[in-house]
Amino acid sequence: MVMSTDTAKKFVSFEALPDFLAQLAQGACVYAPRRENKAVVYRPWSPGDNVEFAARPTESCKHVIFPRSEELFSFTRGGEGENPDDSSLILQEASEPGPAVIFGALSCDARGFLAFDPVYDGCGTGGKARDVYYLKRRAITTLVVRTCKTPLNTCFCTWVGGGPASSEGADALMTEIGNGLLFEAVSDKGAALLQSLPDASAEQGAEATASREAAQGRFPQPADIKAAPGSLRALFDSAPFWEKQTAQCLYCGACTYLCPTCYCFNITDESNGIRGVRLRSWDNCMSPLFTLETSGHNPRPAKFNRLKNRVGHKFSYYPKIHSGRFSCCGCGRCIKSCPSSVDIRKIVLDAIKEAANV
Amino acid sequence: MAIQDDIKSAIAEVLPGLSCVIGWGAGPEPLRAAPLFMRDAADVEKFTAGFLAVNNPALFLPALKGAKVGLVVKGCDARSVGQLVAENLVKREEVHLIGYPCRGIIDMDKTAAALEGRCEPGEVKGLREEDGDIVLDTPGGEVRLAKTDVAADKCARCRYPNAESADVFVGEKIAPVVERDDYADLAAFENMELDARKAFWEMEMSRCIRCYACRNSCPLCVCRDHCVAASREPHWLTQADGVRDKLFFQLIHATHLAGRCTGCGECERACPVGIPLLTLKRAFSRQVEGLFGYTAGLDQGMPPLLTFKLEEPAIKEREW
Repeated sequence: MVMSTDTAKKFVSFEALPDFLAQLAQGACVYAPRRENKAVVYRPWSPGDNVEFAARPTESCKHVIFPRSEELFSFTRGGEGENPDDSSLILQEASEPGPAVIFGALSCDARGFLAFDPVYDGCGTGGKARDVYYLKRRAITTLVVRTCKTPLNTCFCTWVGGGPASSEGADALMTEIGNGLLFEAVSDKGAALLQSLPDASAEQGAEATASREAAQGRFPQPADIKAAPGSLRALFDSAPFWEKQTAQCLYCGACTYLCPTCYCFNITDESNGIRGVRLRSWDNCMSPLFTLETSGHNPRPAKFNRLKNRVGHKFSYYPKIHSGRFSCCGCGRCIKSCPSSVDIRKIVLDAIKEAANV
Repeated sequence: MAIQDDIKSAIAEVLPGLSCVIGWGAGPEPLRAAPLFMRDAADVEKFTAGFLAVNNPALFLPALKGAKVGLVVKGCDARSVGQLVAENLVKREEVHLIGYPCRGIIDMDKTAAALEGRCEPGEVKGLREEDGDIVLDTPGGEVRLAKTDVAADKCARCRYPNAESADVFVGEKIAPVVERDDYADLAAFENMELDARKAFWEMEMSRCIRCYACRNSCPLCVCRDHCVAASREPHWLTQADGVRDKLFFQLIHATHLAGRCTGCGECERACPVGIPLLTLKRAFSRQVEGLFGYTAGLDQGMPPLLTFKLEEPAIKEREW
């Protein structure tokens, strides 16, 4: 008897998963969530490694495409030793990145890159200032998104247009059913990746669909934050409001560095003698150094100035110039991992309420 | 809880004379409280103490210098205040301490481990404290955990549960959990071969995202905006994403805290990727306690490594 199959859907049992990953790892570096001591982090997968499916990753996977620290080029200066007048400077391009697969990104993480894309693709410059480093990695990375079954208390993807099985930004979706994973291609990149897999049965397809629908029902009803951009602008000069909201903040960078949509960086030359490298590394707006100007003036001297900017950027300034899209994917890591329990949802809702009373 | 109401009364009584009182209130989810800055009677109503009173309120003191501030403190928090005062970083008369007997606080990582196979801590919908247990409302039903199983490590070696330096103490003082700290955790670590220890730190530090939550959550880390890690001129640390620089920073941090660290463990708790940073700090604390007989947060005067004596009583240099 020929089983009815759904050709767009593929199935891999957990037993066969290592073989599939090994196959992927032949053509790309496969990043998968791994439990390491108390954290779950994305690590290059190699045969024998477990993939963590139970706990959600502590960090986002943005570093695969936007490395924490990336060499832009290296340099060697003349002018030392026997030829002090030699003013030459030899520059060497950094090595080309290789293809990558992020296996088990969350749907919020995949949507996070959509906040990066316009910024790094020359928005505001008519496409002239395109960031080749980011775009190169973005183009050769395939995102396999694992749909969520349940929300965490800190999850609010539904507030910002996402959901547990959102395919936005994903190349393929995978959903846990019974003893394995059901895959579905979303993009051509995703289809190419899944090509060799056996088709799923119609029953398996239906089971995955049912599982996703059930998950959707478990996620929180979105709060209405349409007013946020205007409210936050209205409160720009309300220092007492921001001081109160910020009192407990430690102004560390945990929220920023765990955030799938925070894309700010710093550039430094790291030299040792006549040789060195130019690095682009993550920076964060909660740090006082972030806006310290050469003159010594700092337009955001206090932590309340900085947290105001962080929230304002995500829920007001960014959406204003990017068709209303918030630069927040609602993953909630900034809440979950904040050592001081700062809750960005509360700040946004309080701002809307406060602005209505002004 | 009756003691909760008594603490609220103690706060309400002193609040009019203070710029604020810092304690704990409801957090973003059932297993987590948040630091609470109380400025009026309505704020005081939000106060909660107990197993979730995790954050060390002493952290906020140096930034509030010049105004009189009240703190509700656990024994370990009071030690941080004591050390800030000993080092002249905070004026004792500018602080009003409200102590209570602390019976331990929750450790989120241990709770996660205890819940493994059932749910993530972030899926817990409710919590109630019942004597020595916490009862969690999880998607799969109620889960009862013994507090001692999910309390912070520091609580199992607590010598000072009572905030002895408090201006007001609410409730009955309780006995210390242990009489002395045997540093058994360090012994276990030091039983590892050197190569294994190196591999351990390389693995742990490779997860570091350089958010400096460890630094910013440390009540004694008072350089704040002038940290060596942030300085560009001179450029002490590179921005390279390597274990070397990350561990370098941790060793600087631990060295700066040698003899000053009171072991509150906030650095380790704050670390989003779970690097066991307190191990480094405790190794230094043990040395300083042994060599100089100085216990941070309890003894008066400058910590030994911030001062100089021609002859240290415990170091028998002439006998070497």
